[in-house]
Amino acid sequence: MRKFERNVFPYLLLAPTLIIFGLFLFFPAVNGLWISLTKWDGINPQVFVGIQNYIKLFSDRGFWNSFLRTIFFTGVSVPLVYVSAMGLALLLSGARKGNDFFRAVFYWPTMISSIIVGLTWRFLLGEEFGVINYLLTVMGHSPVKWLTDQNYSMGVVIFVTAWSMSGYYMVMFISGIKAISETYYEAARIDGAGFYHQFRYITLPLLKPTSLLVLVLSTVTIIKTYPLVYALTQGGPAGATKFMVQTIQETGFEKNQMGYASAMTMILFVLLAMFTVIQFKVNKGGEQDAD
Amino acid sequence: MQTKGRKYFLNGVTWAILLILTFLFLIPILWVIGSSFKSTGELFSWPPSLIGKNPSFSNYQKALEEGHFGIYFFNTVFTSVTATFLTIVVNVMSGYAFAKYRFKGDKILFGIVLATLMIPLEVIMIPIFKVIVATGLYNSLWGLIIPAVASPTAVFLVRQYYVGIPDAYMEAARIDGASETSILMRIMLPLAKPVISVLCIFSFMWRWNDYLWPKLVINSKERYTIQLALANYSGEYSVDWNSLLAMSVISMIPVIIVFVTLQSHIIGGMTAGGVKE
Repeated sequence: MRKFERNVFPYLLLAPTLIIFGLFLFFPAVNGLWISLTKWDGINPQVFVGIQNYIKLFSDRGFWNSFLRTIFFTGVSVPLVYVSAMGLALLLSGARKGNDFFRAVFYWPTMISSIIVGLTWRFLLGEEFGVINYLLTVMGHSPVKWLTDQNYSMGVVIFVTAWSMSGYYMVMFISGIKAISETYYEAARIDGAGFYHQFRYITLPLLKPTSLLVLVLSTVTIIKTYPLVYALTQGGPAGATKFMVQTIQETGFEKNQMGYASAMTMILFVLLAMFTVIQFKVNKGGEQDAD
Repeated sequence: MQTKGRKYFLNGVTWAILLILTFLFLIPILWVIGSSFKSTGELFSWPPSLIGKNPSFSNYQKALEEGHFGIYFFNTVFTSVTATFLTIVVNVMSGYAFAKYRFKGDKILFGIVLATLMIPLEVIMIPIFKVIVATGLYNSLWGLIIPAVASPTAVFLVRQYYVGIPDAYMEAARIDGASETSILMRIMLPLAKPVISVLCIFSFMWRWNDYLWPKLVINSKERYTIQLALANYSGEYSVDWNSLLAMSVISMIPVIIVFVTLQSHIIGGMTAGGVKE
């Protein structure tokens, strides 16, 4: 009786988790593949069309533009986030008075929702009323169309992304730096190594595992950027900051081309899966936080 | 060789950089909070001032009376609190099972949990919509709550925590004749307070700030969460900044409270799960 109880109990404990994962993750994942092979507007019955959606997708300029835009955005944002997170961590890893305060300040933007981050900067960067353009005019420059000029909007989105994410990865770097033994630095100082050499030959190499993790996690997060841009530029001007998730969302739910949008998600899936596999390898079995 | 003078100089430079960065990180939000007390005229007049000449709560009043802000607030509170509670129940159960029991298929099942990391919501937006509609969860707050209750991250956190607690507790209780259920409820659950509080914070914050789930699941205005309402209002042709700013500030209040009271805990908790060497 006792033995029976002990054998059944773990399955009962796992049941809710597995049912939810099955119904709301694995089933949709498989079903998505099927939907991508059909023509479906979300209401009427699905019609099987084979790989027609994929054929159409490969010559869809709009989609590939948003794909390349996403790659470009990620390619610039990730190094920026990496460098600023590392920089903040280096500034704050010591035991200086007030470091707790600064850490909290830099971490703070990661706590507020992407929507509010987007709205905040949209308010500050407003063309006719924004305080930043006011400061520019005071300094004798003419106001800039930060959000409605194609030359600026991408830069603004990249900057705001780094602003809102750096603090999160800063915390990871700080814990990584703290784990490095002080004796390495003492030895280096005795040998006359300055700050740069200590960083180049001790901190950076020993931070490699943390670095990899930060790079992978931030890449996966940035590729999926959507709410922030929606609140900041709505993907505009003229689609200049429209990334993949928004393109898929609009294709599926506004143009009601669910089958076609599903084919698009397969491309996104492959892109994200590549980095997730690296993530698994990096933290040996995924003991690490994922989001 | 570092001289004393050079050291002071470097220290000064560091402080200067830190202060500039503090300005950059802090001012935008403070500016939003200050502006939420301004009248429409002052919001758009140059030179701008921090809180306007006659700061008032009229924007807040307007958001509450004209918009359905009270309803959005209720929806968000209900969703976040219920979902956080369920998240803890469900994930403590599974994390505990993976940490403390050996059973047929445990490795495979854990592999399945791991595999869910490969399927972010963004990738299954379309088919999940189909499931939500088929299960009758579409346009209901439960549709927001239930599907995301189980989380691989939470399972890992709990499992890792319980792995660190000796099995001796369980053995002793078993000898005393305790059932498996009462071992979990009376002994193991109270021991998990630290990890539960971390889960609480992160789950609540995520639900409170989430946008994509509500966007997919909710259709009618009466079920909007705050984030969904903010995003939709900001998408309109002429943005009503007065209400929008007031709503943003109110929606930040729980976040500010959590952050200020648990600041060291949050930043410490993140590192505790920490990076292995």
